[in-house]
Amino acid sequence: MNIELNGTSTSVEDGTTLAALIEQVAGSTRGSAAAVDGEVIPRSAWPTFELSPGQSVELITAVQGG
Amino acid sequence: MDSEDPFVIDGVELSSRLILGTGGAPSLQVIDDVLAVSNSAMCTVAMRRIDPATSGSVLDVLDKRGVRVLPNTAGCRTAHEAVRTAQLAREALEIDWVKLEVIADERTLLPDPIELLDAAQTLVAQGFRVLPYTNDDPVLARRLQQAGCVAVMPLGSPIGTGLGIANPHNIELIVGEAQVPVILDAGIGTASDAALAMELGCDGVLLASAVTRAQDPVRMAEAMALAVRAGRLARLAGRIPRRHHAHASSPTEGMAVL
Repeated sequence: MNIELNGTSTSVEDGTTLAALIEQVAGSTRGSAAAVDGEVIPRSAWPTFELSPGQSVELITAVQGG
Repeated sequence: MDSEDPFVIDGVELSSRLILGTGGAPSLQVIDDVLAVSNSAMCTVAMRRIDPATSGSVLDVLDKRGVRVLPNTAGCRTAHEAVRTAQLAREALEIDWVKLEVIADERTLLPDPIELLDAAQTLVAQGFRVLPYTNDDPVLARRLQQAGCVAVMPLGSPIGTGLGIANPHNIELIVGEAQVPVILDAGIGTASDAALAMELGCDGVLLASAVTRAQDPVRMAEAMALAVRAGRLARLAGRIPRRHHAHASSPTEGMAVL
């Protein structure tokens, strides 16, 4: 299925959880967080949060700033 | 650090009154070197989309140095954006402190007071410990404290300008009635600006560009650490009043007749 990942259409396996996606993209979950369709998903929900086709996912992390 | 003069925000004691922004540093190595000489205990970071091509994280450097991380909401233009960004930061870093920034436009990067107060109220209600980057406006600073912010962080002058403290009188007014720590945030250009902030009674200084974009960031970091310390000591010592006319320091009696 396809999701919108940080503004780019991206193919992921059906049933992919948010935790798995973050591990895959970031290498670890330390310092990362996610919003799905504009809503911030609590860290505790990542392992069970299954993505659906067409969802817009923002994955963010801490970078140099301020 | 002076154990008789602790710097405490929301019950947390920080070992330095100099808070560093990590933005603008040419490399992670420079941040590491800057932390080594400045002994800063807290650094700000921004929250941005993950770039898988990036290697190394600023968090690794801060973790290694045992520095507390203060995420910001830099770049946000509305309360809605800032609240969402703070929520992301809380999930990412598992801390509820946030440097709240809601800017009005790119040209001035000045805080939008209406959106800022709105975001602060929402975040406090959600359990965040909010440290707002605010205008040098005593009334807004008061309103932010009434909203439950754990510190107020007025600007000296606009971000990245290095213009120093444009309105020292307003900073003194903010300090004079503050019930929470006041941290001078933005506009610092060089060490004397940081010292002045502390002499005016600020509890701390937050700066980034003045160090990270200096020709020699490590040397400037050391200068800033010394300036903050010197300014704090001068504040505690109590400066002499300004006078219109001279006031001799040598005895006026007992002069030889020559």
